[in-house]
Parts: sequence; C-alpha cells; structure tokens
Amino acid sequence: MKQYLNVVTAYIIMFTLIILVGIFQSWSQALSILNYCLISAVMTIGANIQWGYAGLINFGIMGYTALGGLAVVLVSVAPVPEAWKAGGINMIGSLGVVVAMIVSIRYILKKFQKSKKRSYLIAGIILIGLLLIRLLAGPGIESIEAVEPAKTGFLGGLGMPILFSWIVGAFFAGGLAYVIGKIALGLRADYLAIATLLIAEIVVSIIKHEDWLARGVKNVIGLKRPVPYEIDLQTSPWFINLVEKFNSGKLKVIDTISERQDVLKQLVIDASSVYVKLCMAGLFLTVVIILLIVTQKALYSPWGRKMRAIRDNEEAASAMGKNVVKEHLLIFILGSAVVGLAGAMMVTNDGLFTPGSYRPMRYTFVIWVMVIVGGTGNNFGAILGGFVVWFLWVEAAPIALFLINFFTAHLPETNALKVHLIESAPYFRFLMIGIGVLLIMRYRPQGILPEKIIKQ
Amino acid sequence: MDFLNAIILLLNYTIIPALSYGSQLALGAIFVTLIYGVLRFANFATGDMMSFGTMFAVLLTFYFQSLGVNFGFLPTALLTIPFAVIMMILYMLSIDKFVFSYYRIKKSPPVVLAMVSVGVMFVTQAIIRIIIGPFDRRFLDGEKFILKATEFKEMTGLNEGLTIKSTQAITIVITIIVVSIMFWFLNKTKTGTSMRAYSDNEDLALLSGIDPKKVVLLTWVIAGILATVGGVLYGLDKSYKPFVYFNNMLPIFAAAIVGGIGNPLGAFLGGYVVAFGEILITYAYKKFFTYILPESLEPNSLMQLLSTDYKFAVSFSILVIVLLFRPSGIFKGLRL
Repeated sequence: MKQYLNVVTAYIIMFTLIILVGIFQSWSQALSILNYCLISAVMTIGANIQWGYAGLINFGIMGYTALGGLAVVLVSVAPVPEAWKAGGINMIGSLGVVVAMIVSIRYILKKFQKSKKRSYLIAGIILIGLLLIRLLAGPGIESIEAVEPAKTGFLGGLGMPILFSWIVGAFFAGGLAYVIGKIALGLRADYLAIATLLIAEIVVSIIKHEDWLARGVKNVIGLKRPVPYEIDLQTSPWFINLVEKFNSGKLKVIDTISERQDVLKQLVIDASSVYVKLCMAGLFLTVVIILLIVTQKALYSPWGRKMRAIRDNEEAASAMGKNVVKEHLLIFILGSAVVGLAGAMMVTNDGLFTPGSYRPMRYTFVIWVMVIVGGTGNNFGAILGGFVVWFLWVEAAPIALFLINFFTAHLPETNALKVHLIESAPYFRFLMIGIGVLLIMRYRPQGILPEKIIKQ
Repeated sequence: MDFLNAIILLLNYTIIPALSYGSQLALGAIFVTLIYGVLRFANFATGDMMSFGTMFAVLLTFYFQSLGVNFGFLPTALLTIPFAVIMMILYMLSIDKFVFSYYRIKKSPPVVLAMVSVGVMFVTQAIIRIIIGPFDRRFLDGEKFILKATEFKEMTGLNEGLTIKSTQAITIVITIIVVSIMFWFLNKTKTGTSMRAYSDNEDLALLSGIDPKKVVLLTWVIAGILATVGGVLYGLDKSYKPFVYFNNMLPIFAAAIVGGIGNPLGAFLGGYVVAFGEILITYAYKKFFTYILPESLEPNSLMQLLSTDYKFAVSFSILVIVLLFRPSGIFKGLRL
C-alpha cells in the first residue's frame, strides 16, 4: 500500500480541486472540466503507450484526434439520400480506383526487384490513378456539395449508434498509424517528431477542405448522443420528482406555490445539465478504467518488459532476437488507436464536429505536456498529467486574473498596465504551462509520478 | 506576343511571389538548421522566436512613427531591425543560459532538448501575446509598389501586367545580403570555420582547442539575426500575427529537412524548393495555356493540380516524399 501512497495523494488532491470548482464556480463547470480531464486522460494513455513504453515520439496526435472525430460523423449521422443519388456512384468509383491502386502497387512491390523500372511503374500507376480520381470525383463532389449546401452538402454517415463510432474512430486512427508507421518509423527520433507533426497537418487539411466528406469548415452540428437530452429530462416526471426530493429542504422554506414552482423549474434546468454531464462522465470513466486495467496488465506482462528493453537499448534487444521494427509498428498503431478513441469521445461530448478547431498547439503539444508532467511510462502518471494540465488550462485564466488583481490592487482601475494585463489574462495559461514544463523537465524529468518497475 | 504574355503571367503570379516567400522560408530554415547542427536539437520554438523578434520591430516601428521618424520610401521597420535583433539575441541568450545550457552540459539526448524547446515555445507565445496581443497588425509604410500592373501594361503594350511589390524586392535583396554575409562568415573566417568544425565533430573540435561557449554564443547571435530578419520580412510582406508565425514553423521545418538538416546551404535552397512547390502546384494554369496553345486546344478546366486550400499540405507532402527516398535531404553533401 505504501508504494501507492503518492499516487493516492496526487489523485485526492486533484479531485478535491475539481470539487472546489464545483463549490465555488458551479457543478456544471466542474463536470465539464472533469469530462475533458477524462478525455485528455485517454489521449495521454495513448501518447504514453508510444512515448513511455517504446520511446517513440508522435507529434501527430492532432491528426488521430481529428480522424476519431470524423469517425463519429461518418458513423452516427443519418445518410443524405439525395447526395448519394447525386454523386454516390462517382465517389464509390473513386474509392474503387484507390483500392485498385494500392493493390497493384503492392503486387508490383512483391513481384519485381528494387529497380528504376519498378519506381517508374509505381509512379505511373499513381499518376494515372490520380487523373482517374479527378475525372471521377470532380463532378461527383460538385453535385454532392450542391445538395442543400446550407444544411447538408455531404454524403452523411451510416446512421448507426454513436457509441459504435468510438470503436470505428480507434480503427481509423490505427489504420492511419499503420500507414505513417510504415513510412516514418525508421527515422531518427526528432525527424519522426517533425514528420508526424506535418502528416497530421495534412490529414487535418484534407478533413477541412473535403466538404463532401464531413462538411469541412462548415462543421457538423447536432450529433447524436449516447445520453438523454436536457429538454427531454426537463419534461419527464421522474426527473422532476428526483430533483424535488434532492432539494426538499430548500423548497420547504418557500411559502407560495407559484414561487416554489419557479424555483423548482430553475433547479430542474440546472440539474438536467448536471445529469447529462454526469452520464457522460460515467461513460468516459468506464473507458478510462478499462484502458487503465488493460495497459497496466500489458505494462507488467512479458510483452511490456520486452517493450521496455527495446526502448532502453534497441541494439541489445534486437541482438536478443526481438523484432524491433514490428514491435514499434504495433505500439505505434495501438497508441494511435487509443488517441483516435479519445477524439471520437471528444466530439461525442461536444455534440459537434469542427474541423477548423484542430490545431497543433491544443491537440498535440498540450497533450505532450500532459504526458511529460504526469510521468512517462506510468499509466497512473499519464492520467494524472491529463487531469492536472487540463485543469490548469481551464482554470489558468481565473487564477491569473486573481493574481493580477492582487498585485495591482494599489493601482487605480484606469491604469494602463492594469487594464492591459487584465485583458491578456487568458494568455497566462500558456505561460503557466510553459513554465510548468520547463520546471518539471529540469527538476523532475520523470514526471510527477515516475515510472515504476516491479521486479518479480 | 502571346508567348511573352504567358511568361509575364507566370512571373507575376508564381515566380516572383515564390521567390519572396522562399526567401522568408530560407532564412527560417537556416535558423533551424544552425540550431540543429551546432546545438543538436530540433527547435520547436522556431516560429515563436521569429515572432518574438518581429514583435519588437513592430513595436519600435509604431514608436518611430509616433516620433515622426521614417525611412523615406522604404518601410520604417527596416530601421528598427538592428534594435529588434539585439533584443532577440538577448532573449535567446537568456533562454539558453537558464534553460538549454543545463541539458547541453548534461549531454541529454536530442529528444529531451526538443521537449524543452516545446516548453520554451509555450513561454514565448505567452510573452508575445501578453505584450502585443494576438491580433493582426500591419506595419508596412513607405512606397507599396515598385512596378504597378497598369504602368507595366502601358510601358510594354502587353495584355498581362507585372506587379512588383516593394516588400518582394526588399525581401529578395535583404535575403541575398544576409545570406551571403553569413556564408562568407561560415566559410572564410576562422571563427566560422571553428563553428563548422564544432558542428561536424564536437569531440575533435574540442580537442583542437575550440571554445564551445564561444561557438554556442555565436550560433545564437547568427540565429537571432536570421530569425528577426526573416520574421520582419514575412510580416512586412503579409502581416504580423503571432498565430501565423507559429504555423509557419511547419513549412520552415519542411524546408530544413528537404535541404538536409544541418546543412545551411541545403536549407537555403530547401526554402525555395518548398515555396516553388507550394505555389506551382496550386496555381491554376488555365490562362497560361490559353496563351501558349492554339485556340482549338484551349483547356476548359482550371488546369490546377491541387486547390489552394492544400498549399501547406503540398510542402508537407514534399517533405514526406523526401523523407521516404532521401532522408538526408536532396542537397546531401552540397557545400560552398
């Protein structure tokens, strides 16, 4: 038990902070933070699998997150039959061409020796394929995007339950990781970081600009939800009764019936949003706990030991007969799939898909900061990092505002410096996180909860 | 006549913009490559450091304008570059002293230093946004055009106009000056040679009595000059917005790797490869072909390989292709 003391203390402090937000700001706010903390935790588990277990730098987290989000749209949104009628055949044809290209390239790679002729052949196939796709997809895209552009203008999804899309999101991200891994995993660490960063940027720009796929920067709103809607709750009697029971003490003090009705109405509205967020939190918590159990088991299994050996000394592990390339690819896919799952969860939580919001700052670097701060190679640490950094990210502005007011209390309200500082309070979050990373990297490079190796 | 028109069209819409954009990227790419070659890490704070230097140039430009100081037909910002460079170098040196030097002495792996530079990136971004805010600022004054399209048409009688913005000319001229001084310094002076020696083989360089502190100091000084000049030129040409500078880091990295990271000449050329790639692939050639082809063959589509939305994606794809086939860059082993 003693060896888990620091883990337990760290988590107790974290949850106390969130509860304090609930008491001082609002419960709805606290639960939003908790939900995002849980989503961040899933992302950090994914990044930690790659960085902590295997020492692979993946700066492409943004790309997998976006792909997970795309999966939600493609799976859960109802299909748009008019758009399918207008250009569906063309798009399916293009997909066929892509598949044919991949198959023929694979065939050539297998059949021929490495030579100039082979390279030209492959280049020729790619060129012809691209031309065919342009000819096929061009008119298709135009007619799809012309179908009610203000409302749809895209093919829509499959209309399946949204929870299913979480799995699909993980598969999408894993598939992308397979391709990227095949291309880039042989590179040196810092090259890999840059390459993945840029490839993620390509993925996001495709999602942003291919309007027929998921409306691009026009966003998809009103996605399905795995939990009830606030409006339904506010009219269902069991929920109103529940709220009444919870607040009976408060309601008893009020005398007139009409006033009591008004107060109850307000309470029901507040409670409905809290209830919805609580349901989400339950779902997310289940995912986090399942992932935690699986990753813990994996980390202390023979496979986990093998990964650590590869991380710590690639040459030695390779000499011992471990297939380093294969293991790296596997772990790259697994970690990315977890990140894709988190991306799908995030879009589900928001209820909308906004490709324009995927930026490397927020979805790559902040996640990396979480992993580093929390503790590399330690799953509890990674999750804690997600919590701590996300909490700081949200609460940095209020804290900064408080500090600014405190230190400039003696200055008049119209003082130019004070006004300027108060206006720029939101940017103190970058400062806090940056200084946090620098301090951790310097004085506790293993993170808050360092890696623990159990010897058996 | 049609042939001339076609050439002017290409010059106006692709070659001149690509040259000036390429110069801006090239300065940044040399900055990345120098840090990588001498200090041995990928600096993820590149874009924000460029933005930091530019911020001082912008603030000083506004200050000079309020004093009534100007630079005739040239932008005032050029006057402020020396001051901005000094501030930039001071900032870089203090960052190096308080942050990077610790890991250098400890001989941490490059990955750790890259992570640390992410921390520096956050801090720099915060400082910039707190001082100047996240807004878009234009600080170009003086003459805007050297050659206007209408003037050119009158002069030559061609259908197509040629516009040369003063910022484009300034960018190209200043880049040539800065880069030639830098290459002269690196190749012809003793200190420059010691820097290259340190970059090629640290142990041998130390053994032959090269002072590592001096090399590091010099690297940051050159880096400060390149970062500030590159940033100011970009800001004059487009506008100054902190977020855009952060994003510019990506094509700059692409340029540095395409040129072979650690090789300044490669990075310089890589900047142009990326810029020309981006602009030539996303340009619509319809008009060009209507000029050079006979009327019966005129194209009716835009003749555009990729839409301009994918401008950034093109440079990244160039990078991926280079990484696949020549991971050490297309200008491997090229030296002055």
